[in-house]
Amino acid sequence: MGKTIAEKIIGEHAGKEVSAGEIVIAKVDVTAVQDGTGPLAVQQLEKIGLVQAKNPERTVLFIDHAAPSPHKDLSNAHQILRGFSKETGAILSEVGEGVCHQRLVESYVNPGDILIGADSHTCTSGALGAFSTGMGSTDVAIGIALGKTWLRVPETFKIEVTGKFKKGVYSKDLILYLIGEIGADGATYKALEFTGDTIENMTMSERFTLSNMAVEAGAKTGLIESDETTRQYLEQQGRGDKFRPIKADEDADYDLVIEINAADIEPMISAPHTVDNTKTTGELKGTKVDQVFIGTCTNGRLDDLEIAAGILEGKQKHPDIRLIVTPASKDVYLQAVEAGYIATFIKAGAAVMAPGCGACVGVHQGILGDGEVCLATQNRNFKGRMGNTEGFIYLASPATAAASAIAGEIVDPREVL
Amino acid sequence: MESNLKGRSWKFGDDISTDLIAPGRLFHLRTNLPELAKHVLEDADPKFPSKVQKGDFVVGGSNFGLGSSREHAPTIIKIAGVGAVLAKSFARIFYRNGINVGLPLLICDTDLIDEGDELEVDLSAGTINDVTKGIELTFAPLPDVMIKILQDGGLAAHIEKHGDFNLD
Ligand code: SF4
Repeated sequence: MGKTIAEKIIGEHAGKEVSAGEIVIAKVDVTAVQDGTGPLAVQQLEKIGLVQAKNPERTVLFIDHAAPSPHKDLSNAHQILRGFSKETGAILSEVGEGVCHQRLVESYVNPGDILIGADSHTCTSGALGAFSTGMGSTDVAIGIALGKTWLRVPETFKIEVTGKFKKGVYSKDLILYLIGEIGADGATYKALEFTGDTIENMTMSERFTLSNMAVEAGAKTGLIESDETTRQYLEQQGRGDKFRPIKADEDADYDLVIEINAADIEPMISAPHTVDNTKTTGELKGTKVDQVFIGTCTNGRLDDLEIAAGILEGKQKHPDIRLIVTPASKDVYLQAVEAGYIATFIKAGAAVMAPGCGACVGVHQGILGDGEVCLATQNRNFKGRMGNTEGFIYLASPATAAASAIAGEIVDPREVL
Repeated sequence: MESNLKGRSWKFGDDISTDLIAPGRLFHLRTNLPELAKHVLEDADPKFPSKVQKGDFVVGGSNFGLGSSREHAPTIIKIAGVGAVLAKSFARIFYRNGINVGLPLLICDTDLIDEGDELEVDLSAGTINDVTKGIELTFAPLPDVMIKILQDGGLAAHIEKHGDFNLD
């Protein structure tokens, strides 16, 4: 019987052949925490007298969720990470460098790696053909200190996508559509493997959007085989030598195969308060919006900003809304400045924030007022997510977000494309 | 860890996210868990944090704990004195985190339990006795590795005790 991508990678790291369902101890290559989960990880290691990093050059501590700090308690939490970095040699990703998942794919994760991160969207790196999964602070703390973790080898759902998207439809619409179909717990404990010619034709950035949201269907990771596109991406990031082809065997065993025709998908939106509450933009057309947020580890990359800037170029946001743009990383920000997208946003009336999580997690930079509606390019719309349980969050692609920012209400991006 | 637990049920619905358990708006309290615990689940039920008593049970629907990886969520449920969380299903990261922090998570048909029911849980026998209703429910046993971690008092304690993973 052939192996899935998850079985292959975990097997290599466990030093034996493994199949879905087995529980193994596996070596981890990259470990990561962020400023919301890292301080607790450090405290756990202090408590058991194990303040050490097995592979400091591949242990990364991100200050991104509350960066720059909006509160003295968070400033103090940041000091815990800076101190741990000094003590162990672990890498510190400072204020302004960007969201952890974007920084991980840009600089740290390679095909065939295992990455465990104390953040649920760690699954993003799966698009590079790496087994990457989110865990809690203590699991990752032990991973940092010992360079290993325990894993249950997941069963895999194969998501086979073929054909071309209609105009105005993007990988974000595909992943929202899929989650709507299978439900927010439709893939709990499973790995997803995205395949098919639609995926093969995607850029790395579009693939990251898919893998990023695997966890919103409950999945452990969202894997994509590494190919020529992956190789070129790594080369562009200065890690061409780290490329390895990673793919499933033809006769691998899948729990479920889901086939999707890309041409059937419309621009999609997740309505409050669950990601699987999906509708087409057409169904929600005319919904009044108070804030539009473009950014995050889901859709804050250069091509996302390019799409949004293309729509906002020479236009003004609607006077009744706030438009907030947060590039996912320093590199993205710089390239967007050089390409003129940032100037376009500012002229259109946007507030452009420093790279980081920004408004996504409800800490700062865009907390909603009572009864307010936000249309966001992020991955989650749970009640309370943007800092107020009385707020309403709709999720969409950057194109839908930009078009709706001009209209002041939800519109189909095809109206302006 | 005590194998017999006794307390009242606090009933919650499906899809109780970590944002409802440990809200992002209280991000600055993450390094002060006893303080954060005073707000546990208040966005789902405002009276819960002040009224919950030691040994009570949180009883959810399906996909309990979905969302972020914040271990603070199960930790503050435990700090609040909750004996165990019962649900029809748990989100993956929350499940792992609960065991790592020493909070028993039990999968059973929670539709049969109402708010305020008196429950008796026998962790080793795998039974839940709803005394109010006079019915007995069973829950699926935890995977062996998780029982070992739970018995050692959580993952940090497990590693402290053995110096490494000792799960075989
Ligand atoms: S951008 Fe949002 S989803 Fe991504 S890591 Fe930050 S808080 Fe989490």
